[in-house]
Amino acid sequence: MSDAPILLEMRSITKEFPGVKALSDVNLVVRAGEIHAICGENGAGKSTLMKVLSGVYPFGTYEGDIVYQGAETRFHDIRGSEHAGIVIIHQELALIPGMSITENIFLGNEPRKRGAIDWQSANRMALDLMARVGLQEDPDTLIKDIGVGKQQLVEIAKAFAKDVKLLILDEPTAALNEADSQHLLDLLRGFRERGITSIMISHKLNEIEAIADEITILRDGRTVETLNIKADGVDEDRIVRGMVGRELSSRFPDHTPNIGEVFFEVRDWNVRHPISADRQVCKNENFVVRRGEIVGFAGLMGAGRTELAMSVFGRSYGLWESGTIIKDGKEIVLKSVADAIAHGLAYVSEDRKAIGLNLLDDIKTSTVAAKLSKITRHGVIDEVAEYKAAEGYRRELRTKAPTVDEGVSKLSGGNQQKVVLAKWMFTDPDLLILDEPTRGIDVGAKYEIYGIIQRLADQGKGVIVISSELPELIGLCDRIYTVFEGSITGDIPRQDADPETLMKQMTSTKKMQTR
Amino acid sequence: MSRFKDLQKNLFGGTTSNARQFGMIFTLVAIVALFQILTDGLTLRSDNLIALFQQNSYILILAIGMLMVIVAGHIDLSVGSIAAFAGILVAKSMAEWNFPWPLAILFGLAIGAVIGAWQGFWVAYVGVPAFIVTLAGMLIFRGGNQLIGNASTIPVPEGFRVIGAGFLSEIGPDTTYNNLTLLLGIAGCVAVVWREVQSRRTRRAMDATVAPLWISILRMAVMVGIILFVAMRFASGRVGTSFPISGLILVALIIIYSFYTRNTAGGRHIYAVGGNSRAAELSGVKLRRVNFYVMMNMSVLAALAGMIFVARSAASGPQDGNGWELDAIAAVFIGGAAVSGGIGTISGSIVGGLVMAVLNNGLQLLGVGTDRVQIIKGLVLLLAVALDVYNKSQGRFSVIGSITRPFRREAPAKPATSSDADREPATTTVSG
Repeated sequence: MSDAPILLEMRSITKEFPGVKALSDVNLVVRAGEIHAICGENGAGKSTLMKVLSGVYPFGTYEGDIVYQGAETRFHDIRGSEHAGIVIIHQELALIPGMSITENIFLGNEPRKRGAIDWQSANRMALDLMARVGLQEDPDTLIKDIGVGKQQLVEIAKAFAKDVKLLILDEPTAALNEADSQHLLDLLRGFRERGITSIMISHKLNEIEAIADEITILRDGRTVETLNIKADGVDEDRIVRGMVGRELSSRFPDHTPNIGEVFFEVRDWNVRHPISADRQVCKNENFVVRRGEIVGFAGLMGAGRTELAMSVFGRSYGLWESGTIIKDGKEIVLKSVADAIAHGLAYVSEDRKAIGLNLLDDIKTSTVAAKLSKITRHGVIDEVAEYKAAEGYRRELRTKAPTVDEGVSKLSGGNQQKVVLAKWMFTDPDLLILDEPTRGIDVGAKYEIYGIIQRLADQGKGVIVISSELPELIGLCDRIYTVFEGSITGDIPRQDADPETLMKQMTSTKKMQTR
Repeated sequence: MSRFKDLQKNLFGGTTSNARQFGMIFTLVAIVALFQILTDGLTLRSDNLIALFQQNSYILILAIGMLMVIVAGHIDLSVGSIAAFAGILVAKSMAEWNFPWPLAILFGLAIGAVIGAWQGFWVAYVGVPAFIVTLAGMLIFRGGNQLIGNASTIPVPEGFRVIGAGFLSEIGPDTTYNNLTLLLGIAGCVAVVWREVQSRRTRRAMDATVAPLWISILRMAVMVGIILFVAMRFASGRVGTSFPISGLILVALIIIYSFYTRNTAGGRHIYAVGGNSRAAELSGVKLRRVNFYVMMNMSVLAALAGMIFVARSAASGPQDGNGWELDAIAAVFIGGAAVSGGIGTISGSIVGGLVMAVLNNGLQLLGVGTDRVQIIKGLVLLLAVALDVYNKSQGRFSVIGSITRPFRREAPAKPATSSDADREPATTTVSG
């Protein structure tokens, strides 16, 4: 592969924002027909580099040269780069939910006949493009009615409609389940065979190892190295070393659990879908949590793990039907989030930006938001107490921010997650439910978050971790429940947990016999 | 130069709300000064200042409620109609049912509460967007006013007129000034100094950097100067006039609501709901209750504004309150609130309202016709918000940055604080 012609070369790219050098002297060489991975921690400059390439930051706002197909190129906007066949698919998909697949594929690029959109040929071409990405759907289906995996395919089909030569994917599998991820990776392999070049930004190192030909590692806005996966014998640990600049001896901190008695129990839990009430989202689910125990919930997307957690957390999801919650031997009824918080439950949501944080707030305000009563007297907020609480957590969790007056929107994903954790630790919970606690977070920050979770368990709290990454659950949890289509299908102790066993239980309705 | 930078940072560039407020006041002072020159000193004459306050107190009262509505992510188009509706009922209660005026005032507030509960119910518990609910309310209560009043005016008794047309009374020794107004001014100065001291103490307790003492003193001196100047003006008007009662009501409401929005859990919940309602809900905030009370509170204030207007004009009529909602909304947005909710302050809205009021008044003094005044006001609203939007996209906030920019001699675009500079790359890291 390394003797293939060079398609793209970015030479000593430097990009400065007021006061901060986001990229300094970055070099990237991508050969035609390869899959080139770009790795780096959050803030390393991956996205900025891709924005320079795709013209989001137009020529003149950066230093350095872009040589594409053998000629120096200057893009003044995204249209310029798309015209040259460079298409970027962002992590947050740019699709209009209320429009059909066809309409989305040709949005901004509509085939016209005498000024009007030619829907007939658009539909025909859409079907053709959909076939190329392996998407079987009626092209008139609305985007909001298909899953996120298929939406990703629509994005790629959209790229093909623009006659793509270089496809850039930013965290393409971040929101996908295992099956959809696998499909996408197969698709990329197929593209490679047909000579399409791809650049892939990803945190999922196993995927990179499996699919990429070459990998460029960025750290703090500089190129660290470019490795050839096969020739250099690159594995995950090697990538991690490049990214963090040090050896991470293990991806999980050492931990000896100290597990006590069962203190939290959910029995015969039934919940229906909030809109279509005939759909049962939780079917007679039972689970227990012990003090000091980290309990995992494994399942495919749509299995109903988040729904279970949220319905337990003060019925914040769905129509509650029946079921009991027993805490410390007494039955408790949680009709609202306020009830749940008062009874020592905390729920760290899956989507921190959409429902976990108020992005207009600063660290201080966010930290105390879920339990204002702790810092108020007669309804009046004690600003000094607020500051001290927030500052305490900032130090304890080592949140990277100059002061707690910093706006949370300015923080990186890992630091935002620490603020959310601080917010819920501040409520003094007995049971923390963490939904995808490390999604979109870089390797170094993940390690720290795992450490925090273990410390919380060591304080005698129960911790529930919902995660789509099986290695994370296996590495972190003392016990793992598997969930399939709203039912708990397995209860697997740590020593028996391996990806195969879990995957089998996550995809089968048959309940496994537990010990 | 470093002193100048200090000053700039602490007065205009800081992130504390104190600095923001100060910046807004600076804008207002600039506009007042402009008109003072253009009108050859008419603007700041006692009688004009008094009229300005009386004519605008009810709009500013509405702006207080509107700020909370907008921060919570809603809008209220019905306030003018509700003011008119409450006004006519109150006038009628006194003229035909012989309510004594204090009872009539309570009656008016109760009407506001009932109407507010009605609108709050639809917004918070049924989930109809506030725009629609209050658009309906605008029609319903305008019609209600005309139905009850038979589309004619109803006069109100003398005692009631105090809340709209009354002044602080003359007591104490003859100082050629109105003594109560002077006392009020002095109380205001004491409050300013006390607040500055408190804020320095709080910041020190937080181990945060405290602004240099000379800046605090300068800040206090400017504020005290303004307050004393205004107090003297109000106190030295024609005999029998002084600080208006409606202004007193306004000042009391500003203090109460500023404290509520800034320093209480209830106030913070409003910002949380407007910033991200789902996140607020998952943090235990009772979303419906917050929305309900915000809408209800607005209607109570609208009823109060309506009564003050009726008291000032001595009668309630079918056209009362026409277009008030738009003045109140404009004040809030000029005062820096975000259209999407979650951002805004009471003091900002008040200053925004005063900017509009001074503009209105100054242009009228200059003999500009109402047609042109409307056009100018519209453009000011648009430009003020556009400037704010532009500044936010440039990583700094507010109107003030751009006002001071031409005064800077140095090379352009040195960010005032490092935190501003971090913004761009930091947001890009989120996706990377």
